[in-house]
Amino acid sequence: MPNFNKTKMITDVTMHYCPGCTHGIIHRLVAEVLEELNINDNAILVAPVGCSVIAYNYFKCDGIEAAHGRAPAVATGVKRVHPNKVVFTYQGDGDLASIGMAETVHVASRNENVTTIFVNNAIYGMTGGQMAPTTLVGQVTTTSPYGRASKNESGPIHIAEMISTIQGPAYVARVSVHDVPNIKKAKEAIKKAFQYQLDGKGYSLVEVLSTCPTNWGMSPVDALKWVKDNMLNVFPLGVYKEEK
Amino acid sequence: MEKKLMKGNVAIAEAAIHAGCKCFFGYPITPQNELIEHMSKRLLKLEDGVFVQSESEVAAINMVFGAAGAGARVMTSSSGPGLSLKQEGISFLAGAELPAVIVNVMRGGPGLGGIQPAQSDYFQATRGGGHGDYYTMVYAPANVQEAVDLVQKAFDKADEYRNPVIILADGVIGQMMEPAEIKDNDNSANYKKDWAVTGKEGSHNILRSLYLDPHELNIHNKNLTKKYEKIEANEIMFETAFIDDADIMIVAYGTTSRIARSAIREAREKGIKVGLFRPITLWPFPLKELKEAAKNTKNVVVAEMSSGQMIYDVKLALEGSKPVSFVGEAGGIIPTTKQILEAIELASKEE
Repeated sequence: MPNFNKTKMITDVTMHYCPGCTHGIIHRLVAEVLEELNINDNAILVAPVGCSVIAYNYFKCDGIEAAHGRAPAVATGVKRVHPNKVVFTYQGDGDLASIGMAETVHVASRNENVTTIFVNNAIYGMTGGQMAPTTLVGQVTTTSPYGRASKNESGPIHIAEMISTIQGPAYVARVSVHDVPNIKKAKEAIKKAFQYQLDGKGYSLVEVLSTCPTNWGMSPVDALKWVKDNMLNVFPLGVYKEEK
Repeated sequence: MEKKLMKGNVAIAEAAIHAGCKCFFGYPITPQNELIEHMSKRLLKLEDGVFVQSESEVAAINMVFGAAGAGARVMTSSSGPGLSLKQEGISFLAGAELPAVIVNVMRGGPGLGGIQPAQSDYFQATRGGGHGDYYTMVYAPANVQEAVDLVQKAFDKADEYRNPVIILADGVIGQMMEPAEIKDNDNSANYKKDWAVTGKEGSHNILRSLYLDPHELNIHNKNLTKKYEKIEANEIMFETAFIDDADIMIVAYGTTSRIARSAIREAREKGIKVGLFRPITLWPFPLKELKEAAKNTKNVVVAEMSSGQMIYDVKLALEGSKPVSFVGEAGGIIPTTKQILEAIELASKEE
């Protein structure tokens, strides 16, 4: 039986993520995939602004920190200079789906040969739990204290669906990490996304439904259940686009 | 390359390529469009050329950030409103200490302003422009040949100091055709970029501008300040003309300095002794050099294609030692020789 080892690509730096947050799982999945594809040693991470802003301290590869929402533009600059290296962005919902929407749409439209891991936990985590573009209708946040109301803010934005309508991208999928079977599926999708980049097929995006126990005001276990009970029906899982 | 008649915008683009800049990200805006057009025409034909017309100025400067971080010589260009959008990225470049060259072919403002030439972005260019404590080097060419030379120098200085450098050209410089010679001047091999993110095996380089620990950020700010002081000590450029016997000194840069020269010739024909002080670097500004040049003059006239911006640096340089007056037009109106001559005559009557 194989031993369960620490992934080589993850550094020994103590992670700052809150207890029960699923960033740790998603980091590990990305690191495992890069190792399995033998690209962990020459990948370049573009870090966003948000909870994962210092992700470059945890991934043992070159890292560059983008301005809020601009990771796809920064990744474009990096990739065009080093077309043979694996370049990926790791972005949250505020970063990718709100302030960086123009960059998000156009990196897909140019079919830039980079990969985006999009962590959707329906809230702004780093700044203390404000409403995100992916916040559910009725969800209470610090800036939607009476629940996201369809009158004031309408409903959440659906990134995987939206990006899959663009001609460019090679692979778009939505996965979740709320239980073990889904974690395994998430890893498969992430691996596929990087494989598309390695094959030079173009842009790949994996939206990962994630938790924020701290700002949701829930225990980690309840948070995982909340993803299953409330997010899955609003954000259906699946492959939205796949170039053959 | 032999001397050729070229439009300023095209010459700037071609000069950059000859300085080893194979990487350009930009967005259309008048009056700099020939620059981005020329870059697309040339770079898309080069095997190692990178050209992307970005979705916005914001995206363009952040692509520049990525390419600079990846170790490339990289440039973007724009005008007024576009430069405002780029300030986010320029601040990040300064914070992460990444080299890049940014061209501003100035038009009139504020807001959408107009598309005619102006020198209205002096404050923005010389005071950092974006958020946080930082400076960018600022070169102000007065003719097409000088624009060529300064663009090439800008790439070396950006690499030397790991800092963004601005070419602050007014719309006249961008649109005017003049003869210029562009030499091969690629010194990029002189600058080792072992800090760049290249995906080299086993490398864990981190490029960031985030320092959550205030003590650490304070040290970063102090290190930046030391760098800026070094630039101030070593990189000041200016030019003087007819200054030795001058009673009046005109201070002007870019296109306005050329109009000032015509006014000086006419004034001297009338027996008024006028000289010119032309800053070439606007940051660092030649503060001591200006004061020294003005030493034997009675008063100083500042001429600009703006409502008066550089005049504050001139006053800072003179420390109240001379009366300073202003002549200029804004909004895309170019001040005439006659106007500047009148300002000289007025100044000559002052005691």
